[in-house]
Amino acid sequence: MADVAAEPAPLLALHGVTKTFRNGTVALRPIDLAVMTGGFVSLLGPSGCGKSTLLRIIAGLVPPSTGTVERRGDGRTGEIGFVFQEPTLMPWANVWDNIHLPLRLAGVGRGAAAARIADVIAAVGLGGFERVYPRELSGGMRMRVSIARAIVTEPQLLLLDEPFAALDEITRFKLNEDLLRLWQLRRCTILFVTHSVFESVFLSNRIVIMTRRPGRVAGDLAVDLPYPRDEALRTSVDYSERCRDVSRRLAEASQ
Amino acid sequence: MNSRWRDRVGRVAAPVAIGLLMLLGWEVLVRVEEIPPYVLPGPLLVARTLWTDGPSLLGSLWQTLRITLSALIAAIVLGGMLAILFAQSRLLERCLFPYAVILQVTPIVSIAPLIIIWVNDTFLALLVCAWIVAFFPIVANTTLGLNSADRNLVALFRLYGASPWQVLRLLRMPSALPFFLAGVRISGGLALIGAVVAEFVAGTGGDETGLASRILEAGYRLEIPRLFAALLLLSLTGIAIFAVLSWITHRLLAHWHESALPQDE
Repeated sequence: MADVAAEPAPLLALHGVTKTFRNGTVALRPIDLAVMTGGFVSLLGPSGCGKSTLLRIIAGLVPPSTGTVERRGDGRTGEIGFVFQEPTLMPWANVWDNIHLPLRLAGVGRGAAAARIADVIAAVGLGGFERVYPRELSGGMRMRVSIARAIVTEPQLLLLDEPFAALDEITRFKLNEDLLRLWQLRRCTILFVTHSVFESVFLSNRIVIMTRRPGRVAGDLAVDLPYPRDEALRTSVDYSERCRDVSRRLAEASQ
Repeated sequence: MNSRWRDRVGRVAAPVAIGLLMLLGWEVLVRVEEIPPYVLPGPLLVARTLWTDGPSLLGSLWQTLRITLSALIAAIVLGGMLAILFAQSRLLERCLFPYAVILQVTPIVSIAPLIIIWVNDTFLALLVCAWIVAFFPIVANTTLGLNSADRNLVALFRLYGASPWQVLRLLRMPSALPFFLAGVRISGGLALIGAVVAEFVAGTGGDETGLASRILEAGYRLEIPRLFAALLLLSLTGIAIFAVLSWITHRLLAHWHESALPQDE
């Protein structure tokens, strides 16, 4: 751990965030979390541990019951990108129009948005699919559209809520690598919710482990594997050792 | 390819064959039993009557059609606007929806005389009657559609600071389109029924008579073949309205909605 005093202010800081739903279910016990600029942080925990709720609180979609969320930024819309578990596309709009949505909502017309949309379409590998409707795309391709839509506003913080959970393994591995490439290219900060130990170790440089409901932070560890990471890493000894570590910590947290 | 063609032929040919068989049976029955035309005319006689009385019946059809289409358009405009209002405010929906239901469940036959007394202009009175019958499916369906937008998409719109107008225009209205169109398709048929029922009650004479009055008139005079011809014309109109609305629905939804997708092989 580096000297705390020397660290710059975090991009995102949660102070004592809790969430109790109206029906009385306690989803989150007090959570303190600071995320530095440029990090790739995974929130790892069993299903129903409140990690999705936490992500929604950070996005400002759900208010916390107590506690505060501080985020550095100039307050423009589109500073946060969000990718849901499902692709969440508008079925009546084609790929291009779906990606245009965040810019359109901010009043950026088709002409002015064209260059940026072409840019992200190329970045996620959707070239040639601009006029295609979501129903004609595979699950992996739909998720690519969803990611392109989230990064088209050039967010400083990208929140992903188990985006690849519903995909087959081959597609998931491919998208993992592509997401890493995007992250390195765009230098945004990523908060990635997952219940997969392997996915969290492969992607992130920091893993925050959460307990089952009511969720709280049970562990916070760095993953010191170098980037760029690729397919070869998945079979390396380093990788499996980290996975074993994280699995153990997760098992302890779940008890 | 071959099997698909055979499939299509089967789909059209089977009901047509049944229909022809029934018409044949009807004609044979009428002839063998020597049923007089004022009790039950054979299909050939009905067809001949339709041909000879066609021009005058078509004039009446135009009257009925004018009321039907005007009522449908009014139902679409007012029903759609009411649904949008409901979608904006749950309170408003809670306050007004019961009255829409009351209007819907009260048989039009029982309120039509009142409306005809209250509204001086006959065309307008009939229009109001047909509208009352037609507007509910549009209100109910569109309200449901506007409220069934994907929750995550709603969240996404909020994340990007969308205005209520943007949420309505870019998210809720497209989400509601299939529901709205299903409502319009039901309302098309109901508007025709409403127009006919209102005409029956009004029993309008003079030169602005719709098909319903012609049916009544033919019944009084025991001109049963003409009654059948008018009835046939009415059914064909209903079918045509449904077909046109179905076609429009398909065109509007073809590229994205599940209901318009081709069947899996």
